Amino acid sequence: MSERENIFSRIREALKMPAHRSGYHTEQGELPGGLPTLEERRKVLPIVSATEEGQIQMFARNAADLKAVFKVLPNASLLTAELKALAFAEGWKRVAGQRTEMVEKQISELGLPALFTEGGYDKAELEKCDVGITECDALVAQTGSVVVTSRTTGGRALSVLPPHHVVVARRDQLIPDLPAAYVLLQSRYANSFPSMISFVTGPSRTGDIERILVLGAHGPKKLTIYLIES
Amino acid sequence: MSAPVAQFDEDARRVAGDTRQRAIVQTAMHKYEVVRDFRKPWFQDWNGARDQASRTKFEAINHLDRYLDQFASKLESRGTKVHWASTGKQAVEIILGILKEKNARTVIKSKAMTSEEIHLNDAMEKSGYTVVESDLGEFIVQLREEPPYHLVFPAMHLTRGQIQQTFEEKIGEKSSDSPEELTMVARRVLRQKYLDADVGITGANFGIAETGMISITENEGNARLTAALPKTMITLMGIEKILPRMEDLGLFLPVLAVMGTGQALTGYNTIYSGPRQAGEADGPDEYNVVLLDNSRTLLLADAEQRDSLHCIRCGACLNVCPIFRNVGGHSYGTVYGGPVGSVITPNLRGLQDWKHLSYASSLCGACTETCPVRIDLHHHLLQNRRNSVQEKPDFFMAQAFRMFAVVANSPGLWSMVTTMSRVGMKVRGWVNATFLDPARAWTKTRDLPPIAGQSFREWWKENR
Repeated sequence: MSERENIFSRIREALKMPAHRSGYHTEQGELPGGLPTLEERRKVLPIVSATEEGQIQMFARNAADLKAVFKVLPNASLLTAELKALAFAEGWKRVAGQRTEMVEKQISELGLPALFTEGGYDKAELEKCDVGITECDALVAQTGSVVVTSRTTGGRALSVLPPHHVVVARRDQLIPDLPAAYVLLQSRYANSFPSMISFVTGPSRTGDIERILVLGAHGPKKLTIYLIES
Repeated sequence: MSAPVAQFDEDARRVAGDTRQRAIVQTAMHKYEVVRDFRKPWFQDWNGARDQASRTKFEAINHLDRYLDQFASKLESRGTKVHWASTGKQAVEIILGILKEKNARTVIKSKAMTSEEIHLNDAMEKSGYTVVESDLGEFIVQLREEPPYHLVFPAMHLTRGQIQQTFEEKIGEKSSDSPEELTMVARRVLRQKYLDADVGITGANFGIAETGMISITENEGNARLTAALPKTMITLMGIEKILPRMEDLGLFLPVLAVMGTGQALTGYNTIYSGPRQAGEADGPDEYNVVLLDNSRTLLLADAEQRDSLHCIRCGACLNVCPIFRNVGGHSYGTVYGGPVGSVITPNLRGLQDWKHLSYASSLCGACTETCPVRIDLHHHLLQNRRNSVQEKPDFFMAQAFRMFAVVANSPGLWSMVTTMSRVGMKVRGWVNATFLDPARAWTKTRDLPPIAGQSFREWWKENR
């Protein structure tokens, strides 16, 4: 018998004896069976505004708590000026990005040497870049998270290896909560998920030394998110 | 006395007297409590969320055969190699086999308690591989050649000064003792290790049956890098980590974050469903998932304690436990410390050798009260005590209770014994807590309350 079969036969043997549900000996009584539904989950999770304005405000509050920079820009042309200012302020010498029309255009405006990850790249070169510029799959208002994937945002490393991650999002990419994020991922990728999907919530952080917060433990020290309104 | 008992007695006594270590732990736990309690009200219904989490894990564990099968087939269908290990030894052999096949030299690891359980680092180092822990806390304790102190905060017992010293002695890196600067030292040193590593090894927080995905929760980005840069990736996962559906993460990720660290959501919550796919820029060419039983099916077979497999290793029960706070993480002598460790270790590693952990509890129930998946922790500690006595009755204790029953059933004998013990207590007072004191086991660290000068029966006779 293979180990797989051994393990399964032990599991099946063990499960012949049914177990009590949690709470059976308490005043509250036994918990109901079955998996909670999406509606049930929404009733316990943090409340999210129903309006788009409210959701943008919530995202902004969360981003501020997380020490991420979040800016709403009326249109894409203002983005160029923002990025140029950042490049100057931080002294960018080399930038990395994903090859989409929008990111490529922004990078060419910067006039700096650029690395694009699509089609493979040298990881030591990516490590030397000052910034990684990507789009995203969604912004989650409830938690201030940015959803990136290995297929749609330039691979696994681009959003985590350079010391600064810049995200450019469209207004229609803002979604209210975590349940909505999984509904979106299911409907977008149902039969072929990207090999990596990450919910990025603030810049890289650690509290491993005396529980004192330090940003930039391994991943980006800085996370900047631009929301383009049109 | 078995070796684990002797070690526990000695270490617990030493740490309980080590006010410096206790102060560090108390401060860390206090900081945790403050942020956790700030986050809980963020949920509309925190206890409702715990109920749902408990229901979800109950469903997963009580249909583990079905979900595990679905999980493995889904993973395989996307090009992942799934390996099965009944024991820790088998899991180690599987992983060493992969390293050999890949001609690997350097391995980078992100935090995996399961790998501590099977002593993977030892085995890899003995076989000549360079192994680097990338989680900052794990990196620090690895340099100090210590086991992790806590499930979530491996280096919580160390001061910045100790860490500064460790970096200077072990890797020749001089810096100030500011947490910021120390973190940057680790970042710089580990960056190069990432670029050099041939294989990345991770643990898993959840395995999603429906879609065949591994979910990894972290703050530093070290697991993201471990899964992005090396050519080969290995995930070691206990078979109980299964969740039925991807959407369950929408509940479990915030619950784990609030309980684990007091955050709304941890920095990176990532799901992996295979090696690099066609059209993707990077990622490993090969993805191996090693599924580990290592006595988990024994716990599954105990219907009474099956819910201890609900555990999501958030560490919340350790954080609130008065015993953990006073004896510290290393005294347990186990991979999993605190209340949940005291519940599962006797079941995983032998009841008679580890039953003392189930006695090292005041049964205050703080662990059960906080557990986000509603494991009935303090009752399980009691059940371990009961099971250990049933399995191996203590002859002297049984005789003592038999004698007590005889005395307590006879009013004459009872009054004789209580009168005698009043006299005995006075005499004992002269030798209190010395080696002549028959109650020394108790009195060397505590006061013995005096026996009342008059029994109730005597008082009744006089004052009626």
